[in-house]
Amino acid sequence: MLDSILPVLIFSALALAVIGAWRRVRLWRQGRSSPVPILKGLAAMPRRYLVDLHHVVGRDKVMSNTHVATAGGFVLAAVLMILVHGLGLAQGVLGWVLLAASACMFVGSLFVARRRRNPPARLSKGPWMRLPKSLMAFSLSVFLITLPTVGILPEDFGSWILAVALAAVLVWGLGEMFFGMTWGGPMKHAFAGALHLAFHRRAERFGGGRSTGLKALNLDDPKSSLGVETPSDFTWNQLLGFDACVQCGRCEAMCPAFAAGQPLNPKKLIQDMVVGMAGGSDANYAGSPYPDRPVGEHHGNPHGPIVAREGKALVDAETLWSCTTCRACVEECPMMIEHVDAIVDMRRFLTLEHGNTPNKGAEVLDNLIATDNPGGFDPGSRMHWAADLNLPLMRDVKQADVLLWLGDGVFDMRNQRTLRALVKVLRGAGIDFAVLGNEERDSGDVARRLGDEATFQSLAKRNIATLSQYRFQRIVTCDPHSFHVLKNEYGELDGHYEVFHHSTYIAELYEAGRLHFKPWKGGTVTYHDPCYLGRYNGEYEAPRNVLRALGIEVAEMARSGYRSRCCGGGGGAPITDIPGKQRIPDMRMNDVKETGADLVAVGCPQCTAMLEGVVDATAEIRDIAELVADALVTESDPHTQPTAEARIAIKEVAS
Amino acid sequence: MQPEAHAKAALEVAVLVSIGRHPLTGRARRADQDARGVELAMSLDKARITLMHAGALDDDSESALRGYLGMGFQTLTLVEQPRDADVIPALASALSETKPQLVISGERAEQGEGSGLLPYLLAERLGWPVVSGLASVEKVEDGVATLLQALPRGQRRRLQVRLPAIVTVDAAASAARQSAYGPARRGELRCTEALAVPDEASSEWTVQPARKRPKRLKIVKAASARDRFKAAAAKAEGGGGQVLTDVTPEQGAEAIFKLLKEEGVLR
Ligand code: SF4
Ligand code: SF4
Repeated sequence: MLDSILPVLIFSALALAVIGAWRRVRLWRQGRSSPVPILKGLAAMPRRYLVDLHHVVGRDKVMSNTHVATAGGFVLAAVLMILVHGLGLAQGVLGWVLLAASACMFVGSLFVARRRRNPPARLSKGPWMRLPKSLMAFSLSVFLITLPTVGILPEDFGSWILAVALAAVLVWGLGEMFFGMTWGGPMKHAFAGALHLAFHRRAERFGGGRSTGLKALNLDDPKSSLGVETPSDFTWNQLLGFDACVQCGRCEAMCPAFAAGQPLNPKKLIQDMVVGMAGGSDANYAGSPYPDRPVGEHHGNPHGPIVAREGKALVDAETLWSCTTCRACVEECPMMIEHVDAIVDMRRFLTLEHGNTPNKGAEVLDNLIATDNPGGFDPGSRMHWAADLNLPLMRDVKQADVLLWLGDGVFDMRNQRTLRALVKVLRGAGIDFAVLGNEERDSGDVARRLGDEATFQSLAKRNIATLSQYRFQRIVTCDPHSFHVLKNEYGELDGHYEVFHHSTYIAELYEAGRLHFKPWKGGTVTYHDPCYLGRYNGEYEAPRNVLRALGIEVAEMARSGYRSRCCGGGGGAPITDIPGKQRIPDMRMNDVKETGADLVAVGCPQCTAMLEGVVDATAEIRDIAELVADALVTESDPHTQPTAEARIAIKEVAS
Repeated sequence: MQPEAHAKAALEVAVLVSIGRHPLTGRARRADQDARGVELAMSLDKARITLMHAGALDDDSESALRGYLGMGFQTLTLVEQPRDADVIPALASALSETKPQLVISGERAEQGEGSGLLPYLLAERLGWPVVSGLASVEKVEDGVATLLQALPRGQRRRLQVRLPAIVTVDAAASAARQSAYGPARRGELRCTEALAVPDEASSEWTVQPARKRPKRLKIVKAASARDRFKAAAAKAEGGGGQVLTDVTPEQGAEAIFKLLKEEGVLR
């Protein structure tokens, strides 16, 4: 009897899955257009899945093996089941392979079940709790119905009661695996995830590449509304990406804003976008909420606002403004979802259309527009800090090997110490460098991350025009934010440069034998990876090499390298200043304290400012440039030209 | 929601906006006080607000004017005037055409003459009252507005004025909201032609950058923080002051002259 109903069951499940898939595709297609190579993407998908996705999943070995067994077993079992039981192609080895595949899947699902026994807080509950049982139902029933096929059990084994029971279990399994996959069950992640990998907006991320620069907003059409107001304002493949989320909560576990009790949880944010795209309320969400914001009070629809001007819609504005754009969530997400892109897209709307950048946001943006720096300082006073250094100006020398990009740290007394140290190092190595001086402007980083794409583009274009007047080999900067923007975000506006973070450059100079250091005599040192240097640009090694060259053995923090915890200073977060239960820099200094270090080496003016702002800190904060400058051994003969020149010039002025 | 009734009850407000100038960089921007004036207008219940500027249109002034549109307006009326024109006649005729009940402007412009006389000259021409230094408009009822005027040291005075009237705001009014790029860009500058009267007087002036004015130091002999605080918050005691009423212009001028001598302004 089973023989006759099996094809019916399988093919009706498949038919329902196809209908569901079509409906789901329609949801995604509400989004704006975004051209991607469809066939190439589909062809690349298996590799992206097997290599890139499993590279991220593989950070948790048990889970990775569990997933390989379950998913691999399922895909094979599903295909073979259609062949063997659906089409009746039971000859030869097929049945045996099917047995093996379903057994493999069953073993995998046992591990899934084990993890679900005491699930960590980051995992979603709700329908996800039944998933291991559904997996077992599917694999076990497929296994059992295949036994007679391969002849281990007689064809007419057991009674019809047994057959009906088996069929019922199979229906459950098929329902979850096929029907649920496209109708919004937990298995949706497999369907949406596979297509998301194929049509990802940042294909460069696959195959070990990196793509972290924000995408430019087209400002040419004066009639169009800017940024993302409603879920359907996202591009279709962004919507598809949201739908691929498996609610694993790895992003949540890494998010500094969530840990600080600010009203942001990247996982919930992605789920809210899914709610918005399908329409409805977030009441069915079964994971950790935004801290202090109860679930069930927000709702949205594909063409309704995400953030309401007044009252509640899908997401509160504070949620979006809590993000430091540290990218920890993106780095950690096995589905390669782009949270930061989505957050900035929505911020763009709030800033450019609502004019609602919170707290100091509006003031900072006004300053950037009027004075080209966020503090509203006189742009003619950019070089006051270096009045005694006699730095060569690009305007005078026209060309130099290195263009030293100073950044807005020139207005900050703390960062001026770092800059002086860096100048000393460059001079010590005899580098031919020059600065833009008063011609330099803010790079546009803060404006862009506060959603003000117009001000970003205006600053960027003017900087690019200035840079185009001079000849230089490379740009060196001690500010990872300027570094990232110049390197990765000016390209779209036709500014292409070779940009070095000072730690990378110093490491190179040391390698080349142009710097010599005294041995380190201080205490224990740890190193804080700046997000915009590490996760954004993959530079984890150079700063450590420099510290090693100084004779420092780094006492690593538990969260370092690609898992480094943000200092809280990125993305304009100190400007929008959304309150939480604790402060992000305090948490980071706690991480430092746990290593017992007396000193934390940093490579970013923002990090310095944030971490130095922590009261009763146990460690001192020094920029790598300062450590290097302190340890610098200058050769006794003063053939280092720039310094000599500087001395002469000072004499002239004094006489 | 009855749009008809709404329209009837609406209070017609015109805000005069000028091209501002950033104090450090000199870049054109929305003038701070005028933007506060717009904010004040937006705080009024059921107001129908017209933004009005009299002047020339070029890249700089356009970007500054769009700054006001970015506060959430679809149009701005631009009374086109050449650079050297006296804009008072043009503004007066534009205002008598549109007949607003309340005209709001900043205390003084951030560039040009910046004498702060415009609201007064306009009021003189139109025969309307002027109230300066507003902190807020509390209500408007039956053609009478209840205003809160800001006085030094955070003091406030409640005034009633019969409309139509001109009011001006300074830094005591609430700060202007953020100007959003999208609406600023989409908004429309509605140009209207107006008679241009050249400013005869100003053509004879020589203009030079202002020098920083010396500030009188207030010497406070205070032993404790409490005393210092009291001194800082105290009302200005016009000890030696004098109120002259019913005096001839000569007598008045004499008194002023004497005071200036005493204070060392004239030597
Ligand atoms: S970028 Fe950082 S702060 Fe923002 S959501 Fe992701 S983890 Fe949280
Ligand atoms: S967004 Fe990514 S990391 Fe976060 S829960 Fe979803 S799949 Fe996991």
